Amino acid sequence: MEERNLTCISCPMGCPLTVVLNDQEVVSVSGNTCKRGDIYARKEVTNPTRIVTTTVRVEDGSADMVSVKTKEDVPKGKIFECVEALKNVTVKAPVHIGDVIVSNVAGTGVDIVATKNVK
Amino acid sequence: MKQYDIVIIGGGPAGLAAAVSAKKSGVDSILILERDKELGGILNQCIHNGFGLHTFKEELTGPEYAGRFIDQAEELQIEYKLNTMVMDIRADKVVTAMNSADGLFEIQAKAIVLAMGCRERSRGALNIPGYRPSGIFSAGTAQRLVNMEGYLPGREVVILGSGDIGLIMARRMTFEGAKVKVVAELMPYSGGLKRNIVQCLDDYGIPLKLSHTVVDIKGKERVEGVTLAEVDSKGKPIPGTEEYYSCDTLLLSVGLIPENELSGGMGVEMNPVTSGPKVNESLETNIEGVFACGNVLHVHDLVDFVSEEAAAAGKNAAAYVKAGAEKRKGGKEIMLKAVDGVRYTVPVAINPERMEETVTVRFRVGNVYKNCYICVYLGEERVLHRKRQIMAPGEMEEIKLTKEQLLQYADLKEITVKIEEA
Amino acid sequence: MFDYDVIIIGGGVAGSASARELSRYKVKACVIEKEEDVCCGTSKANSAIVHAGYDAAQGSLMAKLNVRGNQMMEELSKELDFPFKKNGSLVVCLHEEDMPNLQALYDRGVANGVKELRILSREEVLEMEPNLSDEVYAALYAPTAGIVCPFHLNIALAENANMNGVEFKFNTEVHDIKKIDGGYELITNQGVYRTKYVVNAAGVYADEIHNMVSERKIHITARRGDYCLLDKSTGNHVKKTIFALPGKYGKGVLVAPTIHGNLIVGPTAIDVEDKEGTNTTRAGIDELIQKAGMNVKNLPMRQVITSFAGLRAHEDHHEFIIGEVEDAEGFIDCAGIESPGLTSCPAIGEMVADIVSEKMQLEKKDNFIARRKGILNPDTLSKEERADLIKKNPAYGNIICRCEMVTEGEILDAIHRPLGAKSLDGVKRRTRAGMGRCQAGFCSPRTMEILARECNMSMFDITKSGGNSKIVVGTNKDTLGKGMLK
Repeated sequence: MEERNLTCISCPMGCPLTVVLNDQEVVSVSGNTCKRGDIYARKEVTNPTRIVTTTVRVEDGSADMVSVKTKEDVPKGKIFECVEALKNVTVKAPVHIGDVIVSNVAGTGVDIVATKNVK
Repeated sequence: MKQYDIVIIGGGPAGLAAAVSAKKSGVDSILILERDKELGGILNQCIHNGFGLHTFKEELTGPEYAGRFIDQAEELQIEYKLNTMVMDIRADKVVTAMNSADGLFEIQAKAIVLAMGCRERSRGALNIPGYRPSGIFSAGTAQRLVNMEGYLPGREVVILGSGDIGLIMARRMTFEGAKVKVVAELMPYSGGLKRNIVQCLDDYGIPLKLSHTVVDIKGKERVEGVTLAEVDSKGKPIPGTEEYYSCDTLLLSVGLIPENELSGGMGVEMNPVTSGPKVNESLETNIEGVFACGNVLHVHDLVDFVSEEAAAAGKNAAAYVKAGAEKRKGGKEIMLKAVDGVRYTVPVAINPERMEETVTVRFRVGNVYKNCYICVYLGEERVLHRKRQIMAPGEMEEIKLTKEQLLQYADLKEITVKIEEA
Repeated sequence: MFDYDVIIIGGGVAGSASARELSRYKVKACVIEKEEDVCCGTSKANSAIVHAGYDAAQGSLMAKLNVRGNQMMEELSKELDFPFKKNGSLVVCLHEEDMPNLQALYDRGVANGVKELRILSREEVLEMEPNLSDEVYAALYAPTAGIVCPFHLNIALAENANMNGVEFKFNTEVHDIKKIDGGYELITNQGVYRTKYVVNAAGVYADEIHNMVSERKIHITARRGDYCLLDKSTGNHVKKTIFALPGKYGKGVLVAPTIHGNLIVGPTAIDVEDKEGTNTTRAGIDELIQKAGMNVKNLPMRQVITSFAGLRAHEDHHEFIIGEVEDAEGFIDCAGIESPGLTSCPAIGEMVADIVSEKMQLEKKDNFIARRKGILNPDTLSKEERADLIKKNPAYGNIICRCEMVTEGEILDAIHRPLGAKSLDGVKRRTRAGMGRCQAGFCSPRTMEILARECNMSMFDITKSGGNSKIVVGTNKDTLGKGMLK
């Protein structure tokens, strides 16, 4: 049995959640005051994911940087690999919102896409 | 002198939404004046996600959210001028502005929408003692340097203030290779969203010290370290609790101030609580035909609410232009009173005759309230008693009042909004 | 064998005024300054007051130069194009029993040669300044007192000296001085300079410089003054400079409008060991907030936009030391220049130049340029003139600092003029970009870009105020991939 402590992000209340796990299986969630806390806790302990947002350098554009994101959530443990994979990436202007900058970043199966237009 | 029906001061989220809405309401002659080199305002540097859940039912980044409105403005062929600074607005709605291409010019507007946004409180406003070296940045300035220009302002960072920009910057600086050592917050609670505390601090093991402040800054040329101390319930540092953090950067995320120098200059009446204009149900200031929306009116928590409010301001400005001042006369204004934990309301007055079917009243509370009720009294009668599990100063609250409801009270003098305990 | 006829140590107001006055003569002179710009020490952080002259002891050099400096300031401000205004000052007396002190101040002022002094009744004072404390009993009114921009005064003097041939060496710190035949050898971090004469205008370091050549030691204490600067929306809270009746430590806390329309509150008077100890303290700021409220009511202290501290060069005898050092021929002290040093600087410069020119038998130049044009402030133009200016130079249509409405044109001028700005603070002191209510939040990235472009510098070399005060330290992700993240 493993116990994990989380803070619920569903509302400003920020309930301190305690999740009991038995070999990846959620046994119980406590500390929540509503259903949303339960749902959040189960997802967060079994498959925590995040959208990663950062920037890459642009050549010959109206701006020096373009903002980018992972098109979908990536596993939380892969966040820094995703960021590092963009270290030496530069793109040539123009760039449009949605353009794929790097595909399958850090082997996540998720693409990095531009979130801003740069002329 | 050039003439426009509606001149919108500021091309950020508020200005854009107001312009789009005014155009859709049937006014063609609209001009947006924007001081930056592109439309979108501060959203352009807010590259994190989390915008637009209410408006677009999906999670967008700041530039994407701005992009949606910029596209609409372009499609609707709304005129705008970039790199243009508004120098002065007169009460008779003559706008003086300047840029390199057109020089100094004047525009006569029939209606004006104020959408200038806000600025960050600086170190000076807090009287933080110590040296004045480089390496002290407002979080927004650092955000611009990192996100727009690709420069790192420092490698070892202490952040004062746990507003959302400070939390977001803790994660951004971490991603770009800096070490964020601690976030200190003067209040016993954070002004930022829970989600940001978890996903920007907890995810990366960055400690948040509540009831702490910076009591000294060390370093004569560049920041070398800061001293934090715990504060008592009055915000005074407690001797003996000092703790030194070596760092080369101090980021400040200590509050936003609506930028109302132009409004004040033209004679718009201000609400000292919000530092924004006092407006009626049409989001119109004391000067007829001058409307305000977005962060220049009061600092918002979510951009979705800025867009919603600004769309209303744009629509009302269009109605004002089309109807002319005369048709909008009649009825009388009922004042809103914010008491017992409600710090302010926007609007401050409602004219039931003039209002649409419903009006949204937005406000913030002054403390953390658990299991309390938002109450609205029309005169003596309580007409709303809504339980809220939690309310915090960092989050904007809203209620809706209907025309039908207000017209039932013939001699209504006052609408009271307050927080009541169970 | 000599590099210069005269080396002036220090580019503050005293050094710069001395340089400017000396530049009337045929002389090879140089100012050496340890910072990256002029106006970086005591001259940059003070009350910015042009004192009438009733404070200094009767018969002192301080009194004489204060009154003379006050008389010269208006003409000088026109000649060198820096902002100055005779706004008048009031010394507020709250209690009847303190009246003898106020009377003594009046008498001393008259003896010092201050003109137009008057003691006003409570009613007269309150009519003049309705925001004074309700307890005011009377006040000493000095219509000849004024306010000035200390940066512009200092920079104008230096620029004009430079126009007239005086060299300036920055980032140059004197480590030692040796007497050599016919002059002195200055050992600095930038090499050795030989000069026939030395003027010691080193501010809080003037004792150390003096003591390098003289057995008759002097001692200067760095006396810190904390200040708060308030938003321009409060600039009309008082119109005159409001002093408290002087106490044991200097002039107490004053409240005054600045020449640029802010309100300034300060200073404290705290002796410190460190000659670079310009750090404000909580106790200091708390003290001045409390003291300022004694004479002026409803002070909008919530409107503070910045606080800062300056160091006064307090000599043990509280007197200006100006003259050739007795046991060091050719070495002229200009030391102990604390308040009213800013006011006195035109007269100090004159006195130093008189001493040096007489000793050296200098001849006046016939091509001395007395007038200098400051950076154009477009606010002073009519709308038509301004439109015209932007047509000719579009940079004047591009606002960089939103709070102070400073254009790119002004910043370019500040960078490219003689002794131009090289740092953010250099631009700030010359144009006010970054000095407004947002305290450079919006404009510093843009000013950095302009500096980098115009001075052909990398963004990494741009500093706040020289030395190691760099603004950005790297680029995004530059340290990643070295296993630093996990």
